[in-house]
Amino acid sequence: MSSISQSVRKLDHLAKASGAAKYVEDIVLDDMLYGKIVRSTVAHGKIRSIRLPDMPEGYSAVTAADIPGVNNVHIVQDDHPVFSGGEVNYIGEAILMIVGPDKRQVAKFARATEVEYDLLETCFDPKKSDTTFYEYGYEEGDWREAFAEADEVIDEEIFSAHQEHAYMEVQGLIGDYRNGKLTVRGSMQCPFYVHMAVTAVMGMKPEDVNVIADETGGGFGGKEDYPSILGSQVGVASYKVGKPVKCVFDRREDITCTSKRHPAFMRYRIAIKDGKMTAVDADILYDGGGYTTLSMVVLQRGLIGALGIYKFPSYRVHGKAVKTHTVPNGAFRGFGGPQTFFAMELMMNHAARKLGKDPLELRKEYCAKQGDMSPTHGVYHFDIPIPAMLDQLAEASDYHRKVKAYRNQTGRYRRGIGVSSVYHGCGFTGAGERDLIKGVFKLHKRADDTVEILAAAVDMGQGVKTTFRKIAANVLGLPEDRVIIVNPDTARVPNSGPTVASRSIMVVGKLIERAAKRLKAEWKPGEDQLITEKYVHPDFMIPWDLATFSGDPYPDSSWSTNIVEVEVDTMLGLTKILNAWGCYDVGTVIDENIVIGQMEGGLLQSLGHGGIELINYDQSGRIRNNSLSDYIVPTALDVPSLHVMFHKSEYFNGPFGAKAAGELPNVGGSASYIGALECALETDLYQTPFSTEDTMELLEGRRNG
Amino acid sequence: MSENIEVNFRLNGENVTIRTKANRRLLDVLRDDFHLTGTKEGCSIGECGACTVIVDRKAVTSCLMLIGSCEGRDVITIEGVSSPDRLNPVQRAILEHQAIQCGFCTPGFVMSATALLMENPNPTYEEIKVALSGNLCRCTGYKQIIDAIYDAAQQANRADPAEWDRNIIPDSGGRPLPWQPLNKPEVCELSGGNENEEQS
Repeated sequence: MSSISQSVRKLDHLAKASGAAKYVEDIVLDDMLYGKIVRSTVAHGKIRSIRLPDMPEGYSAVTAADIPGVNNVHIVQDDHPVFSGGEVNYIGEAILMIVGPDKRQVAKFARATEVEYDLLETCFDPKKSDTTFYEYGYEEGDWREAFAEADEVIDEEIFSAHQEHAYMEVQGLIGDYRNGKLTVRGSMQCPFYVHMAVTAVMGMKPEDVNVIADETGGGFGGKEDYPSILGSQVGVASYKVGKPVKCVFDRREDITCTSKRHPAFMRYRIAIKDGKMTAVDADILYDGGGYTTLSMVVLQRGLIGALGIYKFPSYRVHGKAVKTHTVPNGAFRGFGGPQTFFAMELMMNHAARKLGKDPLELRKEYCAKQGDMSPTHGVYHFDIPIPAMLDQLAEASDYHRKVKAYRNQTGRYRRGIGVSSVYHGCGFTGAGERDLIKGVFKLHKRADDTVEILAAAVDMGQGVKTTFRKIAANVLGLPEDRVIIVNPDTARVPNSGPTVASRSIMVVGKLIERAAKRLKAEWKPGEDQLITEKYVHPDFMIPWDLATFSGDPYPDSSWSTNIVEVEVDTMLGLTKILNAWGCYDVGTVIDENIVIGQMEGGLLQSLGHGGIELINYDQSGRIRNNSLSDYIVPTALDVPSLHVMFHKSEYFNGPFGAKAAGELPNVGGSASYIGALECALETDLYQTPFSTEDTMELLEGRRNG
Repeated sequence: MSENIEVNFRLNGENVTIRTKANRRLLDVLRDDFHLTGTKEGCSIGECGACTVIVDRKAVTSCLMLIGSCEGRDVITIEGVSSPDRLNPVQRAILEHQAIQCGFCTPGFVMSATALLMENPNPTYEEIKVALSGNLCRCTGYKQIIDAIYDAAQQANRADPAEWDRNIIPDSGGRPLPWQPLNKPEVCELSGGNENEEQS
């Protein structure tokens, strides 16, 4: 094990274990007021009238009319309003905010606010949507001919449902406008995203807006785009009332109005000729929800991964993200990838059954190799270790023996074992790092010879502060306590980019490594020194072109294989996960315990999406299960034996050889879980999650797969 | 119910008295009146366990307990089992196993595990899972937490039994506390601003 992989005590653990760490709800500013948002109760409508309750002095309502700048929150496009300008497009959309000194009174006045609507036509089925947000596609070879000549065609629709982030700390921010300057602080992943959005909404100069990320109690993508909306709302509110305004959601509100993983309908066709898969045709449909928010890039990542890790002679991939009158879907760990990988992995299982082959062996047979052309006409520049990783897991899990033993079971309890092999492209999709983010990093050596890391990355639990410090301290040869890193504050740190896309270690960490090397060479004891490093795009990459959807979308990928073993109680439909193995190639592991924690947690989230996590809408477009007793996430009792292992590799362009890690474990877990169910029940399945109720319906013959 | 009443109870080893409305949640009283913000609110309905405290040696979700029912009770919060410069064995084990990610659920887990070990000093792996099943963690996958609690119990059991209870709960018998848990300086900084975050 490389010495950098050896675990250290995490920087923020003492504060977190002792309860001293301050999250936004723990922060009280002088004269601070509380805000509660009045939200749309209809999925699509025009606001006809708003009647406010009588409120004593000190209470007020903040509406779109109070916005000093534009009433659009910049995310990718600028279509999400701060407060509704008259039309609402989903249940939970913000209409106004009641602000005042007493939290309970504020909530009471918000509940008492009456909004009347003229109802407009709603659409909850993405297949019937008449508004396409984005549409992309790519193809290779004569796939039409391959289907025409095929001996057999597998033609299936695979469905991947919503998933709720369920970060333990709900969304919350404080806006503090005073003396012509605005500070927005609280729970977020991307301080500079919030900064950019709020600046436009407030019509202020960038230097007058300051955004501070406080301790952030989990994100998983859920705090990528949404804080730009809430930040704008508390900013406007504080501007209107002239006092700090804190708005922290309650859990029901959080589940109702914040982003989710995109539901995806994915029709896959596979052409089979002479026992070989000769072509794949994939038609992908992502439900974007009421506004575009991040759908553009989520869809791109989904389509890029639509053929998984496999190489086919010919193929076509086409997909779109459409509008429905539901809460806008956005970033969720994996960012569009888990959906299409899930579909492709299930298709591999189904093809294996058709071809009479073992699913694990079939994956090895079709796995792309270093030097091959990638689906988007880029190149796999580096080794693809999937076959070796599959063998490693097969041995660890005793896969080949079990897969035989689990055939033709007849008892009440039936076991199954499933496999998946996937990747996660490292960093921003396409040319984002080069053209949009242009990350800048600074290393500040003070006169006392301590060194401060100045970056915009937020530690939301993934340990980025500890990891960054390790990288700098290791290069500089300093004890770790001489390297300082605090929560980012846009007034103090350069824009090293958002804390998303598993980019922090690989991209920003590389800048830290380079800056630290320079500082070490130029080190002048007792002097103040500032080192600035800027992102350099790897020159080996084939340039990404969005118009033709071609090129290298990522410099490299992190690789993952999963095997899951389940036991189904066929009398009750209950499925118990016995074991879950994950083998991961994330390049050099920077801090073993941190990465193991990421892999175990991500894998469990993905297993949750396989069996128990399901958002349930009623016919009016309202989420019915907006609490943690109805939206079920795994508990300690649901944890199987988790076995995490690593495949060793080094990525030359990452710090100490590290690649992306955070999102990877969330990509393949549900596919291997459903694969295990397929094995136990000896049938093909077509969706995630596959719940206990679904299992019962299947066992009772009320549904097929 | 909305009349102000006087409630006398024991909080982190000290006798306290508060005049308040009887129908306020213990969680709100702890956070807003006593400024004990280590107890977190995650769901408000007793589902997530982030607000777990120990009342009369049992783990309780403080969002479901009203202050009016705390008369004469012994309430211990995360601040009562630790200070930033001294941790109880559960916390130490959690640190050693790196069983913290975002940290929001951590105080609740510490309290549930501490209550478990007070009642059952030698729990099995399954007993730990059951004891922690009322605490949700979305980051870790639980394994590191369960391992940590198991480890804490094993280590405590190797220590002198007479010392054991005192280590788990610093003040379970009215003895003077070795530190003042309520007014220790925080080790994390609030603002991301001008002071440096340090680890003691």
